[in-house]
Amino acid sequence: MQKRYFQPENETMPLDELKKLQDEKLVKQVKRVYENVKYYRDLMDEKGVSPDDIKGIDDLHKLPFLKKDDLREAYPFGLLASDLKDCVRIQSTSGTTGKRVVAFYTQNDVDLWEDCCARALVAAGATDEDVCQVCYGYGLFTGGAGLHGGSHKLGSLTLPMSSGNTDRQIQFMMDLGSTILCCTPSYAAYIGETLKEKGYKPEDNKLKMGIFGAEPWTEEMRRDIEKNLGIKAYDIYGLTELSGPGVAFECEEQRGMHINEDHFIAEIINPETGEVLPVGEKGELVFTSLDKEAFPLLRYRTRDICVLSREKCSCGRTFIRMTKPLGRSDDMMIIRGVNVFPSQIEAVLLNNGYAPNYQIIVDRINNTDTFDINVEMKDEDFSDIPINITNKEKALQAAMKTMLGINPKIHLVAPKSIERSEGKAVRIIDKRKRLGINV
Amino acid sequence: MAIKQISIFVENKEGKLVTITDSIANAGIDIRALSVADTQEFGIFRLIVTDPEKAKEALESSGCFVSITKVVGVSIPDEPGSLAKIVNILARHNINIEYMYAFITVSKKFASVVLRVADNEAAEKILTENGIRLLVEEDIVSM
Repeated sequence: MQKRYFQPENETMPLDELKKLQDEKLVKQVKRVYENVKYYRDLMDEKGVSPDDIKGIDDLHKLPFLKKDDLREAYPFGLLASDLKDCVRIQSTSGTTGKRVVAFYTQNDVDLWEDCCARALVAAGATDEDVCQVCYGYGLFTGGAGLHGGSHKLGSLTLPMSSGNTDRQIQFMMDLGSTILCCTPSYAAYIGETLKEKGYKPEDNKLKMGIFGAEPWTEEMRRDIEKNLGIKAYDIYGLTELSGPGVAFECEEQRGMHINEDHFIAEIINPETGEVLPVGEKGELVFTSLDKEAFPLLRYRTRDICVLSREKCSCGRTFIRMTKPLGRSDDMMIIRGVNVFPSQIEAVLLNNGYAPNYQIIVDRINNTDTFDINVEMKDEDFSDIPINITNKEKALQAAMKTMLGINPKIHLVAPKSIERSEGKAVRIIDKRKRLGINV
Repeated sequence: MAIKQISIFVENKEGKLVTITDSIANAGIDIRALSVADTQEFGIFRLIVTDPEKAKEALESSGCFVSITKVVGVSIPDEPGSLAKIVNILARHNINIEYMYAFITVSKKFASVVLRVADNEAAEKILTENGIRLLVEEDIVSM
């Protein structure tokens, strides 16, 4: 049956009630974190803030920030707020120097996350009669698990396809009559292109909508996907540190993503000073998790730059809306849906006996991100026999794949051949910018 | 005994070849032989020149990635079966040839063959024992 909202009481809660709810939850959450998480307690003590100072969300600014570095520092159990025996799941992102971000979930945390994804599906028009093809990666990555769980919650028929094997994706899509597609926007575009090549017209598939996230995309890409697949394409936002996809989602208005404010408080700060900025100003998005039990992050700096809007939405949801990330306040790249930091690449180079003289070149060709790394050889890497150099490239590529989770193409180049401007090498050339993608 | 080959790593990019040929020309060095091994991404230029040390210096100062590789040079009569003979000798003694190239000098009586093997001394010993004349640096200069 068609529903407007998955959890109407929460999603359309009047703003004064919402604030009251957030006040109560925050006070409790801060107390709980202070008691159970030594790492954060130390940060609070250092800042001279006690749980008693936090009487509601107006006091939020008093709390210390958590950064990605803190997550690495506290890896793996340092930010855990529940007993390990109460945890039922981990998810993870790739991390720097071998240390990944590992997020823990209790059953309640999984439920909350799946509810958020179900909200996103319902906002896109999904019902329990839909056939939901999930081709985000399954495994440690949150994409597959999140939308899979949301689709289950909603009662849609869930196709746990995972990513890749496009022929099989298309076969299942056609044979089982998938009506919802969940994947990265670039993969959706790729499926669209492949369908076209195979001679299918947009009306040949039963798809009605798609939930696409985990990487930057443009309105132009949205229109292409919508045209090629004959669907409406919705954006979804999230991060493993908070749960996964579903922290924010688009409604039929498609004008920004509603943040699930009953579970997460959003702030915008000046990334340089940490000062909280008024709603409507552009800055770094910071989240506080109100309900998470196992891994409750307070004031976590996402490094995503965006703008919030409290403008009333015709869909009836009262939740604040965020723009797509307009950029990053750090050097993280999102390539084929995977977070990649230059520091990870440097670590692999050093571990494999190369100097950290490299250049990353990212582009998007035929809707797929290309990822090339030029690496300067050392004198001893020289060989007059090409296969020796090619083999070194292959070995380095395998090491990168292990660290990053995706395969870059490695090109060994001559020493000092990477251009340096003002003595400093240009590390990243992201040509996707020419497509208007916010990277 | 071995002769010196200049090996140059060249990315498949515009203008790279010009840099190499210009710097050798400007240094007044004669190229006796040239061979190229290429992949999609890069090539390895192999040169036999009159003054390898000077060539290396010139190339390096114009930013090339260069190394001197010791290779075995042999001089064989320019007639059918000559090359087959040395290849057979090496095969009989299980000496692998990584790569090879040949060139003819103005006299046209003899051809020169450059052989890249893992163990130069072993190859040279076997070839000498079989009556093959090895090239030395002076031969390259006086060709």
